[in-house]
Amino acid sequence: MSTIEVKKITKKYGEFLAVKDASLSVKAGEVVCLLGPSGCGKTTTLRMIAGLERATEGDVIIAGKRMNELPPQKRDIAMVFQFYALYPALNVGQNIAMPLHFEKLSKEETDRRVNKVAKILHLTEVLDRMPGQVSEGEKQRIAVARAIVRDPNCFLFDEPLSRLDVELRHSMRGQIKEVLSNLSKATVIVTHDQLEALTMADRIAIMRDGMIEQVGTPHEVFAKPANVFVASFIGTPQMNLMEADLKSFGKGVASVTLAGNAVEMAADPAVSTLRPSKVMIGIRPRAFTAESSAGKSTIPAQAELIEPMGAETLIHARTKLGGDIRVVVPRTQRIKIGDVLHLKPDPKQTHFFGENGRAVRA
Amino acid sequence: MATLAEKFGLRKASGVGEAGWGHTLIVALVSLIYFLPVLMIIFTAFKPSAQALSVPPTLSPTSLFGLIPDQFVFTPTLENFGQVFNRVMVSGNAAEPTGFDVFFFNSFFISSVSVLLALVIGTLASYGFSRYPLKGNDTYLFIILTTRMLPAIVVIIPIILMFRTVGLSGSYVGIIMLYTAFNLAFTIWMMKSFFDELSYDVEDAARIDGSSEIKVFLKICLPQVVAGLAATFVFGLILTWNEFLFALLLTGVDTRTVPVAMNQAVSSGGRGTDWTLLASIETLFLIPVFLVTFFLQDHLLRGVTFGTVKR
Repeated sequence: MSTIEVKKITKKYGEFLAVKDASLSVKAGEVVCLLGPSGCGKTTTLRMIAGLERATEGDVIIAGKRMNELPPQKRDIAMVFQFYALYPALNVGQNIAMPLHFEKLSKEETDRRVNKVAKILHLTEVLDRMPGQVSEGEKQRIAVARAIVRDPNCFLFDEPLSRLDVELRHSMRGQIKEVLSNLSKATVIVTHDQLEALTMADRIAIMRDGMIEQVGTPHEVFAKPANVFVASFIGTPQMNLMEADLKSFGKGVASVTLAGNAVEMAADPAVSTLRPSKVMIGIRPRAFTAESSAGKSTIPAQAELIEPMGAETLIHARTKLGGDIRVVVPRTQRIKIGDVLHLKPDPKQTHFFGENGRAVRA
Repeated sequence: MATLAEKFGLRKASGVGEAGWGHTLIVALVSLIYFLPVLMIIFTAFKPSAQALSVPPTLSPTSLFGLIPDQFVFTPTLENFGQVFNRVMVSGNAAEPTGFDVFFFNSFFISSVSVLLALVIGTLASYGFSRYPLKGNDTYLFIILTTRMLPAIVVIIPIILMFRTVGLSGSYVGIIMLYTAFNLAFTIWMMKSFFDELSYDVEDAARIDGSSEIKVFLKICLPQVVAGLAATFVFGLILTWNEFLFALLLTGVDTRTVPVAMNQAVSSGGRGTDWTLLASIETLFLIPVFLVTFFLQDHLLRGVTFGTVKR
């Protein structure tokens, strides 16, 4: 079975802790994205799965077998590198055939498989060229072709699309997703681009400072962020995170002081477990409705900067205490600079985070 | 066959077309000035001995359809080249073999074997230094470099004594070992800088593709440093081919190399310097290095400019 399981792996470089107690399991046919800002240890985690780095602690289990001590050659995996890592002295065809060459396949079988993969990835015409003579997009496809030409246990992608321009990235995202869905292998993709992760992954593991903060489906990490970091990292424009004083909670309604205003907002029943204290309230820019008159559950703010984004308009509004709130309203709603908006948060999309930064949720 | 430049998708310079006639002409003129002494030697090799030192000097093997006055023209002859291998050593006697065929063979044999040996050992060592650094890697590299820091004249006496004691002086093994050791430092430093430049990702990719460590080196790394190998080979060859001091003191009659033999051929007999003979030995001596350089020129250009051209 094509599965990957990572159990509490830790990587230390001297005193520096690159990855700490990361656990992750990937089922056959599942695509998991490791998402996080640069330097958070996601590539190190991938390299430990590949066997290019040795885990200081913990286990790497591929296809049901513990592989900690095995070199990459023996792990039967395929990997696409960030900078493609094509063999510069070999032509495109030879590059794709290399894994088969090491498997000692016959010439006919090799040619047949290379041609098949080249056809899938539209590389038939460049098979005779050198890697230096093909475009960036083609290099990327060659790297993918070299990975899928074999029948490995699993696939690893290290920032596969980071070097492509926006348009190419968009089309490659679709192509890779399509290719992967036909292979039904366990796949791990490392990326720092949340859009890439949200679109390509079945599940996303969000990392920070060497630790996995949350693992969940794209829907889960977006709708139910486990902590303040995940909440702020996922979603564009960024979620509004506002400090507030929780006064009391009763009947599903929390009374808070937010930006100098007393506001009553509907909240998760679990909020009742919190004592009156400082909390962090997270509300996505699209979860506000801008009402014309003040109410018990509205936050007043003055529109300061307006950025039309096409179908929607992004408004930066300033609260009484100077805090910045990002609000996205439909294009049809006309708002001028200086208007006072009464922002009403959607109760279903209001997140409470306790003092430890964790989401308070039933 | 595609040249290396084409293979790597580099721009293939088209000589004159690219530089323009003006620049080409200036460069040609400057080159001619620098090359003139060598040209004079090559011409002298074809002159009859009477004309070798004539004043004014003869300058051209042909009158160029009457353009050059007769007094500057010499009649080319191949006789001198025959003299290199067979000539009258004692006046009155018949011509006898001079042994230069052996000396040329010695030069070929000793320099190519020692440079190739140094290249094989040095490339392996430098790959190790580059990819599997030891504790104190830089110290080891520095120590290797120190073997070339002392002037040859300083180390020659202990080396002679060592060779005498062990019985290596005068043997092929001895001189080849010495040259190999001398070329090693240069080879290791040169090749290490080439290996350092390679992308580690490419090697990791090969490992994941199932390549063993030895194949990573042979199939992935080596093809990428062909230019470096060529440049290192040519530099080492030129150094070894021209080496005089160690060859003079450590080779015997049978293992004598051309530079030493040339010196002895010219200074023996007490008849003064035989310029045409000297010139013809030198001309023959030029050819191998010239050919090697010529055939490896594509690689050399990349090799000597390494580091300055980004992939």
